Amino acid sequence: MRIVEKSQLMSASEIDRTIQRLAHEIVEKSGGTKHLALIGVRRRGVPLAQRIAKAMRGIDGVEVPVGTLDITLYRDDLSKVASHAVLQSSDISFGVDNMDLVLVDDVLYTGRTIRAAMNGLFDLGRPKRVSLCVLIDRGHREMPIEAQYVGRSVQTSDTEIVEVRLREIDSEERVVLVDRVEP
Amino acid sequence: MTYRFRDLLALEPLSADELTFLLDQSKLFQEIQRHPLKKLATLRGKTVTLAFFENSTRTRISFSTAASRLGADTMNLQAEASSLKKGESLLDTVYTLNAMKPDCLVMRHAASGAADFVARNLDIPVINAGDGTHEHPSQGLLDALTIRDRRGSIENLKVTILGDIQHSRVARSNIHLLGKFGGQFTLCGPAMWVPRELEQIGPPGCLIRRVSRIEDGLEDADVILVLRVQTERMYEPTLSAEEYILLYQLNAERLRLANPNALILHPGPMNRGVEISPEVADGPQSCVLEQVTNGIAVRMALLFLLMSGATEGGESALADEASGAPNASPEKKESTHAAD
Repeated sequence: MRIVEKSQLMSASEIDRTIQRLAHEIVEKSGGTKHLALIGVRRRGVPLAQRIAKAMRGIDGVEVPVGTLDITLYRDDLSKVASHAVLQSSDISFGVDNMDLVLVDDVLYTGRTIRAAMNGLFDLGRPKRVSLCVLIDRGHREMPIEAQYVGRSVQTSDTEIVEVRLREIDSEERVVLVDRVEP
Repeated sequence: MTYRFRDLLALEPLSADELTFLLDQSKLFQEIQRHPLKKLATLRGKTVTLAFFENSTRTRISFSTAASRLGADTMNLQAEASSLKKGESLLDTVYTLNAMKPDCLVMRHAASGAADFVARNLDIPVINAGDGTHEHPSQGLLDALTIRDRRGSIENLKVTILGDIQHSRVARSNIHLLGKFGGQFTLCGPAMWVPRELEQIGPPGCLIRRVSRIEDGLEDADVILVLRVQTERMYEPTLSAEEYILLYQLNAERLRLANPNALILHPGPMNRGVEISPEVADGPQSCVLEQVTNGIAVRMALLFLLMSGATEGGESALADEASGAPNASPEKKESTHAAD
């Protein structure tokens, strides 16, 4: 099995512009930011949430708390992962009761990650509302889950992989579509 | 860094990196203890068998609580009520328990090496909850986690261990763990409980000295590990409880000899007024109750770590009776079920 890059879906500047737009959309649709908070889903949802929060600061100085959520304990495929699962830290320093939470992740695919993330959030309390913001929606849902804020929707086949590479984690900044091909 | 074994039988074979990994994972489970909703569904549908061939209350309750907070069910075997009394061999008992298809076995046994022996004959993860005078790895981990929480580090500690070290698996697990982080040990107790061989049990380069006067043992200590005086062993030397109290009890006056911030650990159950005075046990330097709380986090981390990951076909309930299928672990285990 080889991995080949098929196309670039977003450049660094396109990612940047998309984040600006998503920040505006969230502020606009939330009707008040008093109870608003962003929750980045590990790993790449975390820098994305931080960037969106930073962009919000540029919109009338809106200050929104950002939390980090690790979904390992809530995954539905733990007995299928190859080796021992490794937990990462979650860091949500504010109470979630009655909050208007926006989950942030890089790619929306089957919806299972978001299902797990919602279970994790509800262990912490009872948010008033939970919405979802993703950089890329690539389709192929296996759960009744949709994103309210989408950077870009992309048609993909199920052998393809959408790779979001962010400078905080990866050595480069762009979104690419890769494919698995038989050698 | 991750963990390369299928089981947790001892801390001795683990590297400093692996131990740090286990402590870091435990730390994350500590935070879950503060959630309004402590119960997870992570291991729902999985079963942990608790086989305590030697009496235990706190360790068993701690493992049982850890399993239940992760959503797993537990099966309990208690030595007193078991067929061991009727003459069944350890291996037969364990095979019987295994035939009920648990996903993990937590066991305590009076014989050193018992957990290792059982693990070599089973294809599910085994956690040693104390084997004779050998090791009690989850206790070593929770002690280290408690120290790290209070001090911020477990590097280069001066550790004094008081009491019957010869018979203490807790002492050994602590030496194997803290010794890998530069710990130096002072073993202090009546001579027959601190034989010379103990100087050699640490990792390479680990300094272990023995002293018989408690006043000599406490100077400069960062951590004082007080062991329970096993009154059932008191008859064997000619040492009475009164003499022990006089010579070895950790009291406020003696504690002043140690580093002013020295931490006091005790694996429990405490004989208040024997090995430790009540004022010391309840004082600000005592970590006894934190140890208990941390025990749950450590055991949740261990159960989660060893019970996540691939099992044969994702389900074991209908697997072949001979159970020859190895787990997806780099450590190779052979199934010797037929060779009994």
